[in-house]
This record gives sequence, structure tokens and C-alpha cells, in this order.
Amino acid sequence: MKIVVLVKQVPDTWGDRTLTSSGVLDRQASESVIDEINERALEVALSYQDSNDAEIVALTMGPASATDVLRKCLAMGADSAVHVVDDALAGSDLGWTSAAIAAAISKAGYDLVIAGNESTDGRGGVIPAMVAEHLGVPHLTFLTSVEISPERISGERDTENGTVSVHAALPAVISVTERSAEPRFPSFKGIMRAKKKPLDVLTIADLDPDILSGMGRSVVLTATQRPARSAGTKVVDEGNAGNQLAEFLAAEHLI
Amino acid sequence: MSNVLVLAEVSNTGQIRNSAGMLLAAASSLGTPVAVVAAAPGAGAALVEPLGALGAQLVYVAETDQVDVLLSSPQVEALVAAAHALTASTILLANSADGRDVAARLAVRLTAGLAIDAIGVREENGRIVATHSVFGGSYTVESAFDGEVAIVTVRQGAIEGKADAAIPTVTTESISVDAASSGVIDAVHEAVTATDRPELRAATTVVSGGRGLGSAEKFVLVEHLADALGAAVGASRAAVDAGYVDHALQVGQTGVTVAPQLYIALGISGAIQHRAGMQTAKTIVAINKDADAPIFDIADFGIVGDVFTVVPQLIEAIGKRTS
Ligand SMILES: Cc1cc2nc3c(=O)[nH]c(=O)nc-3n(C[C@H](O)[C@H](O)[C@H](O)COP(=O)(O)OP(=O)(O)OC[C@H]3O[C@@H](n4cnc5c(N)ncnc54)[C@H](O)[C@@H]3O)c2cc1C
Ligand SMILES: Nc1ncnc2c1ncn2[C@@H]1O[C@H](COP(=O)(O)O)[C@@H](O)[C@H]1O
Repeated sequence: MKIVVLVKQVPDTWGDRTLTSSGVLDRQASESVIDEINERALEVALSYQDSNDAEIVALTMGPASATDVLRKCLAMGADSAVHVVDDALAGSDLGWTSAAIAAAISKAGYDLVIAGNESTDGRGGVIPAMVAEHLGVPHLTFLTSVEISPERISGERDTENGTVSVHAALPAVISVTERSAEPRFPSFKGIMRAKKKPLDVLTIADLDPDILSGMGRSVVLTATQRPARSAGTKVVDEGNAGNQLAEFLAAEHLI
Repeated sequence: MSNVLVLAEVSNTGQIRNSAGMLLAAASSLGTPVAVVAAAPGAGAALVEPLGALGAQLVYVAETDQVDVLLSSPQVEALVAAAHALTASTILLANSADGRDVAARLAVRLTAGLAIDAIGVREENGRIVATHSVFGGSYTVESAFDGEVAIVTVRQGAIEGKADAAIPTVTTESISVDAASSGVIDAVHEAVTATDRPELRAATTVVSGGRGLGSAEKFVLVEHLADALGAAVGASRAAVDAGYVDHALQVGQTGVTVAPQLYIALGISGAIQHRAGMQTAKTIVAINKDADAPIFDIADFGIVGDVFTVVPQLIEAIGKRTS
């Protein structure tokens, strides 16, 4: 079984995240890390590999710095990595991103693609199903539990209306939520071994140069920062704070 | 006026999901609101009147007997068929798990531009412009589209107002759905909403509890305050991870985003990922034992104190005022 895990480099949510006025992420402004959800996606693949025959490829599309997230995946246990990087892809919208990722997956070959349900920066939650449509295969997204077998994938899908048990024949694309798996830490041995594992760097020309033509696009017109919130009244409870709060709420017409 | 398509999500028991009203309201500000439904043969008729009441001037019923079996593809095919038949260039869906899956596949299929999680949509000089609140409300971003078709998913609860009720015309077509490229639904466990509380996403008041509540048993304090205020209940990830409440109630970066009139955080430290889901609330109140908790940096009214003494007093004071 060949499993491709989609990983994305995102600005650390523990820091301030900034956009330029044209809506492009200011990568200088914050530290970049592997998205937590993608470590969980990789863990789903690794725990299958722990007791089954599987080859795991970590794949990212992103700037040169995104190599770091692939190194992390290799250290955690992925067998090889693919990095799609091209100036033409800078500032890609969802359509371009999904097309480039799908082309790279096709080139790598796959039985199963595992993604995060939603990235912490874009919060789109659409790339996995878009990739599935490009590849012409089923998608099962927002999975909280996953069962992988050589021909079939099944799991519980989490939606705002409840849970749904689903399955699909392989090949397929799935996405997993933060409830799916607790990621392992890379071992020292893993980190040492990662240095020798293959990491392929691909440009658009190495994929299909036509993939981006003819697609509709979403384009950012403006990005404006909201004024930061500031602290208001702060009281230390000396036995009457509950009543004080009720007064505040009444004065604000909130009760 | 041009046709604006709205995907009306329908539960497997034939209930129209809440998002339909909001989407039809948004569509009516852009053109002629058209509700598109995928339904089992014969099941569409019952949906026409309620969709008209929500503002649909036309209801496009795409019939397939696969609707309860295949994941997303019946809805994708319904929208593809409706978009062609009605030459629609704008398609609105809910930013729900189901809505996003459908929007994603549809955008690739129609080579359309896709914008997600809009909190507003308008037309400007013949172009569709979507507004988004990103990085937990730190930025407001406006986006437009290149290309012929624009697909927008709209944040649930973000659009207020209602379209005028209509007596819709109805078009019924049968569609074929490719099972080979589709996931299969084996069973549906609808969330039991036995509660009279408002829905978290659309609530005007939200009371959330964190790890500071200490246990699932003690978390009822949050529910008591919520009920005193007619509010929805939310939680931090730590409270969810500790099993105090179902994770559907998680507010934050990887949970639900809320923007109520009033948000009350009980025993929540205010980590940046929690703030990302609630910091655009109109008024924020926080009660926390730790005077240095970051939640106080954004609270309009903060109380340094123990939730187990402050909240009962607050509930009593509210009771006195409202009785
Ligand atoms: C990628 C990522 C995504 C995340 N997504 C989310 C998300 O969506 N939502 C989310 O909430 N978190 C999220 N987190 C987790 C977040 O970083 C925090 O760990 C979490 O919000 C902490 O929850 P808490 O405030 O309940 O717990 P804590 O940080 O442990 O705070 C508990 C607070 O309760 C106070 N307290 C204790 N007892 C009492 C008492 N009796 N009375 C009053 N106060 C008391 C304490 O002083 C403390 O401040 C995410 C983290 C990461 C890395
Ligand atoms: N640039 C990218 N490179 C690799 N994987 C990505 C990229 N963007 C999104 N993904 C994958 O798709 C998931 C959902 O992302 P999104 O649809 O952007 O919220 C992520 O968790 C990743 O697994």
C-alpha cells in the first residue's frame, strides 16, 4: 500500500500571524511550523505501517522553507518526501493548490491519500475533496476514526449534525480531524535516518505544465487588520463580583 | 436578474438544514434565489413549500435514488445540472462539512473560482465580492473571482435577515451519479439536540467553560448560567479533551467560530487558539482565578475569582432582575 500524506507549513498559531495588505501571508512575521493536524494525518499512516506493509510519502506544496516540514515527517517515519515548489505557485488560491498537489500525487503514485481536515491558517477544509475530484476518486473527509485495509477505507465522519459511518474503495482521499490520532515524537534514530531518505523537489514543468490553465480563481482584493481588542474593567472578587457582573450586564442591556 | 443557486442541505429524515434560510437571504441580495436539492425520487415535493417560505423563487429538484447512499456526489451532480440548465454564475453553499465537500468537488468540475467561509457576499460592478474574517478575526479580507462561475461557502450564522417568502416554480430532473468515484454512507447518527438551548453558531449569547471547571459533573455550572441567560454552551479544547463535553461544542481555532453579542468565558485561560474562535464577540466577560490569564487582555469585564463562588451569585442576581 502506498500512502501519500499531505502536509502543509503554516505560521505558528502561538505567535502573531500577519497578512500584507494584498492578503499574502507575511512569512517573515512569524515562525513557520508543520500544521499540527498534519502530524496526526501522518500518525494515521504510520500506525498502519507499524503492522502492515506500507510505503509512506510526505508531500507538500510550498516555498523553499517548507523542506523543514518534510524533514520532520521523514524523522517521524515517512519513507520519502515530495516538495512541489515553483515561483508561479506563490500566492496560489485553492484551485491552483489542489491542481498542483493532485498532479504531484499522480506522479508519485498512490493507493491512499491522507490529509488534515482543515489547515490552521487557511481553514479552508476543501483541498482534500478538490484533490479527490482532480484524481477522480472518492473522498471521505472529517474522519475521527479510520480503518485501513488493502482494498478499502472506512471510518466515522464528524459533522455539525452528528456522525456518519462511511467507507470507500481504494484508491481514495481522506482527511482526518484532531480527534483521529496522537502523533508520535521523532526518535533520535529517526532524525539521523531522515537525512538519508529521498526528498524529491518538483516544479510545475516536472508535473503537467497545463494544469493551471483555464481555471477560475479567487483573488484577494483587500486585507485590513482589525484594531486589537483592549482590556476593560477588571475586578478582584471580594464576595460581590457576581452582583457587580450582573449590574454590568444590565447596564449594557445584555440581561 | 440572474439566477443564484443555493444548495439546500437536507437530512436523511427529510429535514431542511438551518443554513438554507441564510443562504437564500444572501442569494436574494444578488439575484433570483434558486434552491437546489438532491432528493430521492418523489421526495422533493415536500421540500418545495418550506423552501419557498425561506425565499426560494425556484426550486430545482434533482432526483436520484442514491441520495442517502453516496457521499457528496448526488449534491455535486444536482448543482452541475442546475448550473447548466439555469445558466447560473453564482453558487452559494453552507461552510459545513457537507457543504465544503460539495463546493470543493463542484469548483474543480466547473473550473470555477472558490471562496470559503464568507461572512458576507455582495455584488459590486457586476462582480461577486466575498468578505472573510481570517486569523480568528484579526483580519478582514475581501475576495473576488476571475472566471465565469463563482462558488462561495458562507459561514453558518454569519448572515442575518431573511428573504421574502415566495411561491416557487419547480423544476424536477433526474440525475445519474457515478458510484465509483464516491464515498458510501453506511449509517447516520444524527446528533440528538434534546436541548432547548440555541445553536452555538448562531447564538446571541455564549457561555463557555474550560479546564477550570474541573470535571464533567462540575461543568453543569456552565449549563446553569447558560440557561439563566438563554445562551448556548461552548467549551475550550482542554475541556473537550478532558471529556467534560462533546467536542461539537469546542470554540476556537480548530473548533467553532462564534461572534455573539455576549461571550462569557469561565475557567478558560484564553490561549491564542481559543481566542481565535471568539474574539470578535461584541462583549467579552471572563472569570478566572489567575489574574494573569491572557483572557483578561481581551475581556470587557473580567473577574479575578473562583467560578464556583462568582457564578452562583451571578445566577441568583440574574434571577432577581428577571423575575
Ligand atoms: C493547533 C492547535 C489548535 C488548538 N485549537 C483550539 C481550539 O479550537 N479551542 C481551544 O479552546 N483551544 C485550542 N487549542 C488549545 C489551546 O492552546 C489551549 O490549550 C486551550 O484553549 C486551553 O484550554 P483552557 O483555557 O480550558 O485550559 P487551561 O489553559 O488549563 O486554563 C484553565 C484556566 O482555568 C482557571 N481556573 C482553574 N480553576 C478555576 C476556578 N475554580 N475558577 C476560575 N478559574 C479557574 C485557571 O486559572 C486557568 O487559567 C489548540 C492548540 C493548538 C496547538
Ligand atoms: N500547500 C499544501 N501542501 C500540502 N498539503 C496541503 C496544502 N494545502 C492543504 N493541504 C492539505 O489539505 C489539508 C486541508 O487544507 P485546507 O483545505 O487548506 O484547509 C491540510 O491539512 C493538508 O493536509
